Amino acid sequence: MIKIWSMKKNEEQAAKKKPKTSAAQIRVQKDLTELELSSTMKTNFPDPADLLNFQFIITPDEGMYTGASFTFSFAISTNYPHEPPKVKCVPKIYHPNIDLEGNVCLNILREDWKPVLNLNSIMVGLQYLFLEPNPSDPLNKEAAEDMIKNRATFIDNVKHSLRGGQVKGVQFDRVVN
Amino acid sequence: MATATVAQAADWPGRYHHVDQVLEQPGPRTDEAWMPGAPAKSFRENIKILVIGAGGLGCEILANLALMGFKDIHVIDMDTIDVSNLNRQFLFRPSDVGRPKAIAAAEFIMKRVPGVTVTPYHGKIQDKGTDYYMQFTLVICGLDSVEARRWINATLVDMVDEENQDSLKPLIDGGTEGFRGQARVILPTITSCYECSLDMLNKQTAFPICTIANTPRLPEHCIEWASVLEWPRVRGDEKMDTDNPDHITWLYNLAAARAKDFKIEGVTWALTQGVVKNIIPAIASTNAIIAASCCNEAFKIVTSCAPYLDNYFMMIGTDGVYSYTFQHEKRPECPVCGGELLDISVPRSWTVERFIESLIERQDIQVKKPSLMSGAKQIYFQAPPQLEAATRPNLEKLLSDLVADGSEMTVTATTLPFNLNVRITYI
Ligand SMILES: [Zn+2]
Repeated sequence: MIKIWSMKKNEEQAAKKKPKTSAAQIRVQKDLTELELSSTMKTNFPDPADLLNFQFIITPDEGMYTGASFTFSFAISTNYPHEPPKVKCVPKIYHPNIDLEGNVCLNILREDWKPVLNLNSIMVGLQYLFLEPNPSDPLNKEAAEDMIKNRATFIDNVKHSLRGGQVKGVQFDRVVN
Repeated sequence: MATATVAQAADWPGRYHHVDQVLEQPGPRTDEAWMPGAPAKSFRENIKILVIGAGGLGCEILANLALMGFKDIHVIDMDTIDVSNLNRQFLFRPSDVGRPKAIAAAEFIMKRVPGVTVTPYHGKIQDKGTDYYMQFTLVICGLDSVEARRWINATLVDMVDEENQDSLKPLIDGGTEGFRGQARVILPTITSCYECSLDMLNKQTAFPICTIANTPRLPEHCIEWASVLEWPRVRGDEKMDTDNPDHITWLYNLAAARAKDFKIEGVTWALTQGVVKNIIPAIASTNAIIAASCCNEAFKIVTSCAPYLDNYFMMIGTDGVYSYTFQHEKRPECPVCGGELLDISVPRSWTVERFIESLIERQDIQVKKPSLMSGAKQIYFQAPPQLEAATRPNLEKLLSDLVADGSEMTVTATTLPFNLNVRITYI
């Protein structure tokens, strides 16, 4: 058997050691404690001891979604940051990039996720979706078509939906006070 | 020792003739202090080795180890045998379908190679604790799961105890993906670990969710539509079991109908299963090469007959055969093996706030706004506001009431590129 231990003794960083917490947990601690949330963003931990499942709330202060609050659920697996968190929009909203089940079309949540990205990148990305919906990458196709066809009608539909109204027979959740 | 007696009885003259060629005389790169002959051959009697995974790689690894002369082999696998395994997992027969892989593999090896004891465990690696892993000399992994590898890597790094030489267990990790494969030697806390290299992994292909939803072009898009969007929409919180044929059939039917609507060809039941389980076709020859490399390293480590791999070997067989060996470096910010451990003495009378001030005052770590966690317990978080508010009352408490003497805390801060662990001793 090779004399691994003698190598170990030579190792100058012999004092380096390991955490008792999982790698995902430590990474989430780092991500969370370094969040730079603007006044339009908030986190809510239903169970503050569980850092892997929480809500993120955006209250846009500009753009057509101004005045409403949107809650997203974040579920982080023990494989984070190898896998991105699972993010869903909780209320049913009228938005070109969010479907009626709450799936979100944001590239870094799927195809462009990289372990060097962090929770802050996702939160900034989500906020951006409300400032500038992108109808060319639609998840709610009808909303996207409305937006392309007539921006003024689309904005009216948004306002109506945010108050819990119906758009083309679909009932949306009220997200304004 | 009973096993040794049985093993010796089973050894016939010349049994290890070929292996002995490299154990009876030194080679050009053998260490000068090496003792040929009996000492080098003693691994047959006194080495207990653990193989994790009894699938494509595992079957090859088990056979190689047994034929090389390892006599005390343990194997863990949580899976049962599927008919589709039989083309390459050659320790299994059609009559084994449905049986636990670990058990069937152990039985086969013991029947075929006299004198070898293979002890199977059908279950998860996470079922076992430090005591279990401590009994082995080294561990070979032939897994297809990133999560399981991360777990065993972190466990073995965590087990290293400065006071106990036997606590350092070399980890040999093999992995294959189609025609690509890699083998590496990890000496926990000494060389780069699995977590250090996590960003080198090939990403799983994920399709943009809007393509899946609106503009499918490939059969895979239709299958992902069924599994990612339709399953949760129609079946709610019910968990999809990718090993359940009924679930695959459900997805297949939806995907096939969608493919028809969009005039896309190629959605089959097998492809559906392949996409949802993220199966990359396993190539028997890649498994054989990587398993051979892993066992070769295990052999060199236990016999010292030649220098072992330092520390990463990769092979790409897609266009010809290309291989590359290099030393993967430790990442200082690795959350498993990186970071620093600082021993700090703290007066019992200090509050958490006083302790945080003392951390900020330290010249050697240059930390501003540190957040503290001990195990899963939050001591103080600087952000986000809700957690700051929830942990703020701790600032006035005595650190000694929250953190036990001799235990560790993880410190994170924006100014720290790595995570810092501090071990607290009260004075
Ligand atoms: Zn590492």
